Amino acid sequence: MKPISIIYAAALYVFIFLPVAVLVLFSFQSTMFPIPPLNGLSLRWYVAVLNDARLTSALLNSVAVALLTSALATLLGFLSAWGFARFYLPASVWLRGFITLPLTVSYLIIGMGLLIFFNWLGLPKSLLAVGIGHVVINLPLCFAVIYSQMGENQANIERAARDLGAGELQVLSLITAPMLWPAVFASFFLSMTFSWDEFVISFLLTRFETTLPVEIWNLLRAGLNPKTNAVGSLVFGVSVLLAIVFELFAFRKKPQ
Amino acid sequence: MTTLLDVQSLYHEFGAAHAVENVSLKIEAGSYTVLLGPSGSGKTTVLSILGGFLKPTQGRVFINGVDCTNLPPAKRPTATVFQDYALFPHMTIGNNVAFGLRMRGLAKDVRLKKVRDMLQIVGLDTSFDKKPHQLSGGQRQRVALARALIVEPSLLLLDEPLGALDLKLRRTMQDELKAIQRRVGTAFVHVTHDQEEAMALADHIVVMNNGRIEDQGAPERVYGRPATIFTATFMGESTVIPASETAAGQVHTSIGVFNCSYAKPVQFLAIRPEHVKLGGSIPVEIVEVVYQGSFKRVAAVARNDASIRILCRVSADAQVSIGENTTVGFDQAHLIALDGPH
Repeated sequence: MKPISIIYAAALYVFIFLPVAVLVLFSFQSTMFPIPPLNGLSLRWYVAVLNDARLTSALLNSVAVALLTSALATLLGFLSAWGFARFYLPASVWLRGFITLPLTVSYLIIGMGLLIFFNWLGLPKSLLAVGIGHVVINLPLCFAVIYSQMGENQANIERAARDLGAGELQVLSLITAPMLWPAVFASFFLSMTFSWDEFVISFLLTRFETTLPVEIWNLLRAGLNPKTNAVGSLVFGVSVLLAIVFELFAFRKKPQ
Repeated sequence: MTTLLDVQSLYHEFGAAHAVENVSLKIEAGSYTVLLGPSGSGKTTVLSILGGFLKPTQGRVFINGVDCTNLPPAKRPTATVFQDYALFPHMTIGNNVAFGLRMRGLAKDVRLKKVRDMLQIVGLDTSFDKKPHQLSGGQRQRVALARALIVEPSLLLLDEPLGALDLKLRRTMQDELKAIQRRVGTAFVHVTHDQEEAMALADHIVVMNNGRIEDQGAPERVYGRPATIFTATFMGESTVIPASETAAGQVHTSIGVFNCSYAKPVQFLAIRPEHVKLGGSIPVEIVEVVYQGSFKRVAAVARNDASIRILCRVSADAQVSIGENTTVGFDQAHLIALDGPH
């Protein structure tokens, strides 16, 4: 590789990761301000985060919302992909367009729409409302990922299972889902990452109990503090962990 | 012999096109039937209707005397071996073969024993724990066969089962299929476009073209006395000569008058290349000589009528060359009389 390419690549990675590196570095700051100079390393801000009941409960809320909504979005995405791939539907192209349309709409618009709609329904601002919002944004994604992996060859495999006596539910649970396991897994983890750091919808649809990104925003309003760095580093750590798991299980090439 | 399958005037349409038109056939228990035809002839559509994957527009399908026309695949005494094998990619070979028994609710130990026996029959007893992607094409084919046979169907349907294999393997698997069919005694219905495969396997050949049955019967009869020009040229080669019957048993053609008795007015005569010899009463010019190993395939144009190209099979060491003027002849008993172009 030419030196210029190496320098270019290095610059690119520095540009992407420098802010995060600074954030993580100053989360270990031993004094009151997350700004240079670094006055020695300490874990005191992490201890402070874990002792902050509001932050820890927001963290648990975020985990619960991410897990449950991703599971639901993946299930619904899988079923709709199967429906589109295996059955003749009138205006199928249009319906498929509509189901993926939310991917192109900004979260702010979706959040506002849900806020007005829930208001009209009388559903109060809550984690349930956020959960529904996250299913709305992640369902199209799960649908698109799983639908792209469904082919005619699998339709024949499903036919073979039916021929051997499997009912529709058995075909789905014993054949289709396991066969599409990488796609199902990928959409679940993508949903998890999106739900985990989604802010706008959570901000609009919660009041007292809220998710971690909203709580971090609350913290930031009180001014910069190494505690925000510590909680930011924790969020970043979880995202990295999810990405690694995702990489290991979903993108690993199968031995041929 | 008992009739296992009785198909009565089946019609099937895709949109406006007739995929299957007036197909009727009977299949006996324990027999090996081959549906033979070029692609688009409707043979796979017929097989899908037998398997329950397609509903015919018209007609009925009786299996063991039971009307199965509207039954789903699982409720029929049939099992299908798909062209692409359709093995379950995420399951071991053992679990693939056991699937049908599992769906029938058999206990695990009973299942296991039956699966091992079945894998033994198809010669894959050591592959129990392997995954489909670890097997070769021929082995996958056998797994598909075992998986279908284990549910003990009355009728096994095979959709171009050897189509994905190379020629040598195809011939080996072909012998194996026949041996397995004899051993298990199940009636097989096999779809193919390979006429050699059809003749080697079938007790009963059904030749299809344009959604219709052109001819059906024992391979010897269908090859030796084809009912239509299509059969005469699709099942092996034939020279087809336009003809007209001038007097009873006297058939006039541009290369001579032949004796040939046939129930209907004769419009064409056909002759197989292996029945044509060099030396005879028909003057010809040799236009093509192709060495085929065990024989030479010779094409000759009749000197009386340049539109008639006679195919002839001569021994590999025969001295023939292109451009040579010679004569050919045949025993008139081998002439095949045909009454129309269809």
